[in-house]
Amino acid sequence: MAAPEFEVPKLKGFIEIPQIRPGAMQGVKSFEANEKIQQAIGYPGKLEEGWEQKAVNKMGEMLKKYRSLQVFLDACVHCGACTDKCHYYLGTSDPKNMPVARQDLMRQVYRRYFTLPGKLFPKLVGARDMTKEVLDDWYSYYHQCSECRRCSVYCPYGIDTAEITMAAREVMDSVGLGQKYTNEILGKVQRIGNNLGMPGPALEDTLSGFEEDVEADTGVAVKFPIDVKGAEVLLVTPSADFFAEPHVESLIGYAKVFHAAGISWTLSSHASEAGNFGLFQGSYENMRNVAMRIRDAALELGVKRIVVGECGHAWRVAYSFWNTLTGVGAGADDKYAQMLQKQLDHSYPQPAHICEVTLDLVKRGAIVLDKEANDDRIITFHDSCNVSRGSRMGNIPGGQFIIPRELIRASANHFHDMAPGTTHEATFCCGGGGGLLTDDLMEVRVKGASPRANALKDVVDNHGVNFLALICAICKSQFTKVLPYYGFNMSMVGGVHQLVSTAIQLGAKQ
Amino acid sequence: MGMSGLTLLYALLFYLATLLLVVGVGYRIYVYSRTPAPLKIPTTPAPITRSGVVMRMARELFLFESLFKSNKWIWIFGWMFHFGLFLVLARHLRYFTQPVWGWVVLIQPFGKYASFLMVAGLLGLWARRFLVDRVRYISTPSDHLMLALLLAIGLSGMSMSFLDHTDIISLKAFALGLMYFDWQPLPADPLLLVHLFLVASLMIVFPISKLLHAPGVFFSPTRNQVDNPRESRHLAPWAAQLEK
Ligand code: SF4
Ligand code: SF4
Repeated sequence: MAAPEFEVPKLKGFIEIPQIRPGAMQGVKSFEANEKIQQAIGYPGKLEEGWEQKAVNKMGEMLKKYRSLQVFLDACVHCGACTDKCHYYLGTSDPKNMPVARQDLMRQVYRRYFTLPGKLFPKLVGARDMTKEVLDDWYSYYHQCSECRRCSVYCPYGIDTAEITMAAREVMDSVGLGQKYTNEILGKVQRIGNNLGMPGPALEDTLSGFEEDVEADTGVAVKFPIDVKGAEVLLVTPSADFFAEPHVESLIGYAKVFHAAGISWTLSSHASEAGNFGLFQGSYENMRNVAMRIRDAALELGVKRIVVGECGHAWRVAYSFWNTLTGVGAGADDKYAQMLQKQLDHSYPQPAHICEVTLDLVKRGAIVLDKEANDDRIITFHDSCNVSRGSRMGNIPGGQFIIPRELIRASANHFHDMAPGTTHEATFCCGGGGGLLTDDLMEVRVKGASPRANALKDVVDNHGVNFLALICAICKSQFTKVLPYYGFNMSMVGGVHQLVSTAIQLGAKQ
Repeated sequence: MGMSGLTLLYALLFYLATLLLVVGVGYRIYVYSRTPAPLKIPTTPAPITRSGVVMRMARELFLFESLFKSNKWIWIFGWMFHFGLFLVLARHLRYFTQPVWGWVVLIQPFGKYASFLMVAGLLGLWARRFLVDRVRYISTPSDHLMLALLLAIGLSGMSMSFLDHTDIISLKAFALGLMYFDWQPLPADPLLLVHLFLVASLMIVFPISKLLHAPGVFFSPTRNQVDNPRESRHLAPWAAQLEK
């Protein structure tokens, strides 16, 4: 690891609210997408004459399409309750990273063009013209928000800065200013089927490699099927599960679970990606296009169930939006969605999270876990932001907190939660979500991870925790990269299904 | 008695203010309800039934639940102000009802002293705008002005209640006269005139200011949606077009 070009926050084991330092992160900018990347997903290549008016028009259009945007821009009373809730503010001290100030970057323009006082007395209400200077601020600070929704938990009106960030990114894209990382990936997933740009044959090779590894390891021929028509389950998982460490360990875990329970399953080369960066970038159309591959694959393969692997934002999109976007779910009264819903088996939730599936199998005794196999691990669990505040598991509110924890406790003997106020709905984002998982934003990522790193330090120091269990591909990549900045060993990061994988009894083992 | 210019002025001012308030807020409500929420975005954990959502909204409205989780100072000041304001407003109903409703009579004494609660809450909220660096940073001139306006309304009203009583009987006649278009003279008490002028100003700016948080809170999709996206399909009209 090269020496960082910025100051890494010192860990104290608890979270302190810093004094504001205006401009602290002003200069930090994610790489911009080039013309080719922009045009590939249907946006202008670069800023053109008259972009200001175009941006304002786009805002006006979005205000009519999104109630969230319209209400949130009006309702904020500047009470300040959210000001200390964002991990990026806590980690950087830049006041523009306070949720309300981040919203205000757009609210100022909204007031100028869409409200009477802003038109008449801009200074009085803090309204601003749409200028290059404002746009630069937008680009900087709307790419220092991971759309984690922590602020929305604490706002008396539920104002969700993530909604504003998404809208701002969509406005910027529509005038030709996009982020390289997110938009390049959006192009790839639509062209090739996954965010890595890994074509079908390469994927098949990788999977047969896993079959050999697992058989060598366990003596059991666990399969990693792909494009199998008539399989019961279609597993849609983040593509990082196919190549990145520690993600792969969880993929092996899912395969073992299906094997041990005797469930026929398949991956799809057409839909070899659960991730949906359309969410980050705020475009309904892009998000829908990406989600469409899952619908297509499910119809084509004739599966009865759709299961989603460990990925936070993907689970939010799957759980909360798939039914809306493409009819993956239940309860539709329109033909389009019913076409798929008639095929699915509704004695299971559709779509289901892999943790829901596995825990259910454990409870029914369909698979057996040997907790002692994980006895060398003292585990804590990081609630992923999108799972915690944008989705659910199981059939009661808060199931998304209970189910992964029960699954960990079923797989291992030693578990300690991090401090209250840093878990469940109050969880801190890993610092790399929302399209920020790129090296050009390393400073934002490291600093944004400091609240989580502080909470982690507490359980490491006081309970000897040596394993950080995750259910998100972005969290896994982010933590393996940034925790070493804080002196933690990257090998302490892993998936919940990595624990399952260690503990599961495959039958042939005894 | 002939109508004085002053009475005429205030009568017209209040008709105008009421019209702008009703039309303005009505229009905002129309805009909010007409604008679709294309995606399910309740902040989870969220209720999974309609009645659960009603309870969630009620806790937000009456207890400021999220604010309580968030910041105890803002919660206590905010709650003092809003609860005080509610009692004060309820007390004011006696100027508009004849005979005065039973429950309004009942809360008279509370309503009177609730003004202290209201003003103390406002002072607390305003102090935060100076003392907390983060809140100072986000405060705009209009944020300060709004607090000043509310405070001035509260203090002018309290002066009449506790220090320099105004002619309540004539005031009530004026208020009822406005409602039944049978105009009666307004007592030319300077404190009263200031109080009424500020109240009318507040009514006028209400629909174009952050006071819209009052209707807005009912329309916040992160709070008012049921968490059931897997069980039923949620589709906005413009989104349905994409399937055509
Ligand atoms: S959504 Fe998360 S990252 Fe964005 S402002 Fe809110 S707390 Fe910060
Ligand atoms: S908590 Fe909500 S109302 Fe208060 S400043 Fe933040 S966004 Fe505005």
